[in-house]
Amino acid sequence: MSQETNISPASAPSSARFRSLFAAAGMLPILVVLALVFQYINPRFLTETNLLIVMQQSAINIVLAAGMTFVVLTGGIDLSVGSILAASAMVAIIVSLMPDIGMLGLPAAILVGLGFGLINGILVAYIKLPPFIVTLGSLTAVRGVARLLGGDTTVFNSDLPFDFIANSSFLRIPWLVIIALSVVVISWVILKRTVLGNWIYAVGGNAEAARLASIKVPLVLLFVYGVSGLLAGLGGAMSAARLYAANGLQLGQSYELDAIAAVILGGTSFVGGVGSIWGTLVGALIIAVLSNGLILAGVSDIWQYIIKGLVIIIAVALDRYRLQAGART
Amino acid sequence: MTPALEMRNISKTFGAVRALRGVSLTVQAGELHALMGENGAGKSTLMKVLSGAYRPDPGGEIFVNGVAMPGGDPKRARNNGIAVIYQELSLAPNLTVAQNIFLGNEPRRFGIVDAGAMAMRTTAALKRLGLSLAPRTKVAALSLGERQMVEIARALSADAKIIVMDEPTTSLTTRETDRLFDVIAELKRQGIAIIYISHRMEEIYQLADRVSVLRDAGYVGTLERSELSASRLVSMMVGRDLSTFYKKDHRSPSAASEVVLEVRGLSDGRLLKDCSFDLHKGEVLALSGLVGSGRTELARLIFGADQRRAGTMKLAGRPVTINSPIDAFREGIAYLTEDRKQLGLFLEMSISDNINIGVQSGDAYALGLRNFAAAEKRSAQAISSLSIRTKSGRVNVGSLSGGNQQKVLLARLLETQPKVVILDEPTRGVDVGAKSEIYRLIDGLAARGVGILMISSELPEVIGVADRALVMRDGRLVGEVASQPDRPISQEAIMELATGAAGQ
Repeated sequence: MSQETNISPASAPSSARFRSLFAAAGMLPILVVLALVFQYINPRFLTETNLLIVMQQSAINIVLAAGMTFVVLTGGIDLSVGSILAASAMVAIIVSLMPDIGMLGLPAAILVGLGFGLINGILVAYIKLPPFIVTLGSLTAVRGVARLLGGDTTVFNSDLPFDFIANSSFLRIPWLVIIALSVVVISWVILKRTVLGNWIYAVGGNAEAARLASIKVPLVLLFVYGVSGLLAGLGGAMSAARLYAANGLQLGQSYELDAIAAVILGGTSFVGGVGSIWGTLVGALIIAVLSNGLILAGVSDIWQYIIKGLVIIIAVALDRYRLQAGART
Repeated sequence: MTPALEMRNISKTFGAVRALRGVSLTVQAGELHALMGENGAGKSTLMKVLSGAYRPDPGGEIFVNGVAMPGGDPKRARNNGIAVIYQELSLAPNLTVAQNIFLGNEPRRFGIVDAGAMAMRTTAALKRLGLSLAPRTKVAALSLGERQMVEIARALSADAKIIVMDEPTTSLTTRETDRLFDVIAELKRQGIAIIYISHRMEEIYQLADRVSVLRDAGYVGTLERSELSASRLVSMMVGRDLSTFYKKDHRSPSAASEVVLEVRGLSDGRLLKDCSFDLHKGEVLALSGLVGSGRTELARLIFGADQRRAGTMKLAGRPVTINSPIDAFREGIAYLTEDRKQLGLFLEMSISDNINIGVQSGDAYALGLRNFAAAEKRSAQAISSLSIRTKSGRVNVGSLSGGNQQKVLLARLLETQPKVVILDEPTRGVDVGAKSEIYRLIDGLAARGVGILMISSELPEVIGVADRALVMRDGRLVGEVASQPDRPISQEAIMELATGAAGQ
């Protein structure tokens, strides 16, 4: 598992051990408890079919939240992922409608996402604007681009060349789920097993110290926003494949909030430097389990909003508690 | 006559550190009492005890006009007429002069701030200081000197009887300084006691009625105005006791030996002006001077951490351009920051990660995959060679003691195999044992031919470790004191250069 897991407990006193355990195991117990509660309410919850539905429904959010994890680990935020997803989905469908090269819709969507992410990254890393402002701006601007792309209408392609990623399975596991889990594993390798990943944690932990330690801080920032954009582009392709359509106005609205909620629920610190991709996976699953379980429990749509909102607030409160407990000395 | 203030037997400990040891201070009404001492001697701590920011250890007593005042209560200190004017001014620039003076204590009528009364009383307070500032001016529009006057007016309007001024002239022009001195004379006439902290000898001569000196957290003595002399004050401040744990076995290089770093005319356009010096191979060159004299700024400029305005550098005779820490790293210059927690370490990361952060890309596998075996080996070596006390390299750096944290940071920069090492206060906040280990390390580096530039505020350390000392004042290199075989660097010579007493 993540590296922190096997570091601290060996030497820390018991209260610190509890804290680091709390930080590492994070929300996993909550996910298990939630699942058991929903199972008690509706025995259909813990069936293979339903669990695959939960995974499938959370796949796009897992992908977005993975990108968000990179950004939040550096102490930043990316509010633009929902809009980038919409623009990329539009591009995916539009390219797929071109004769002969329809298959290129998939890479086109990913490249468009990467492009928008790099623009965010340049503004944050080299122009040194606050990430919140930059991505708030692109949240709006890229949404406009998405609407522009399709002439502000919904574009369809019922004969999508790459629809298998959303509508078929491999060894009974839907491709959407395989893609999402692959993204998580690759993210883990980058964050925990590469030099660049180590630099991401260093920049988030102490940007000025990182600069003085001759780490190329702007390059690290450019990378994380690029990754977030790229994964939003992938999310756009996944979304287009599921719907056989894309709409610049509605698609991906407020997806950034679910992604941020998953990251925070996963125990990644909002100020950066602390967190793991596994936590994000658990966070995204909690959100998916909540949505699915509340539907199965017959809770009305309105109450689902209220409960999910409260969960986000509680997550931030827990983040605070964790920071205080493991106070930076 | 009852003194305005009497502090008796004040001690203060922070954990294992004794910041004050049984210090006493007596100040009369209408007196300007200067407080002197090296950086870290305990002046600021003593003033923080006086203002109630710190509670003194049991046994210490404070009397204001003969009445005991319990310590550790800022509000009570204020009500007893104690006001501190800090170096970094504490006014809100977006508010007016009057609003600042009455901040938190606004005159009210029917629950609404009475702006008229506030303006009137502000004018009166300013008049007492012989000033004619409009009460409704925004503080942001004032010069630093004028802001200081507003601070003093605020103290007066709160009915202060004892005013502490901590290096009040550091950022003032000559004219503003003259006006401040006029105001001080006026305050004295009004019977207000002033405790005046300064390193500048000429100010002390001009103003002080008496001078008390602190050293190493203890009280050294008090001189009457008639007894003042630069040499006497300096020797009181630096003391005589040279500790035994310094280590200097490497041979001091001669002036003719190879120059590893040549700095010419370095300026930053703000504080630093035209700094030039040579650092020889295998030399420990100390950079002395008071806090704020520009030592850290010079070090950061050499390392490329800040923007250079003018000047050139040569490494081993070859011109180099260093615009960022990345350039410095490539050229073999390493810098140990004075602020290891804010600017040095990654506290949430392991010892091993902290040591390897700069060099790990060198031994990474394809695709930038980290070589954990190499990292582990490197950190294990560093832990044993620097005797970092820890169970393993996987422990988070944040949980280590100050001395061990410092050694981790040193280990990181030594891994880069530097030719020039800049150490900024290498033993600050470090226990005695770690200190002597760090001295041994410095000595060993010099013996291996590394050029070392060491910033230190501790003069005994400079004398015990360095071959030569450069002295800075107000952003300039003002002199050099070399160690002779028969005669070590003299503390008096450094202090005279650093404070500008040499010109007296």
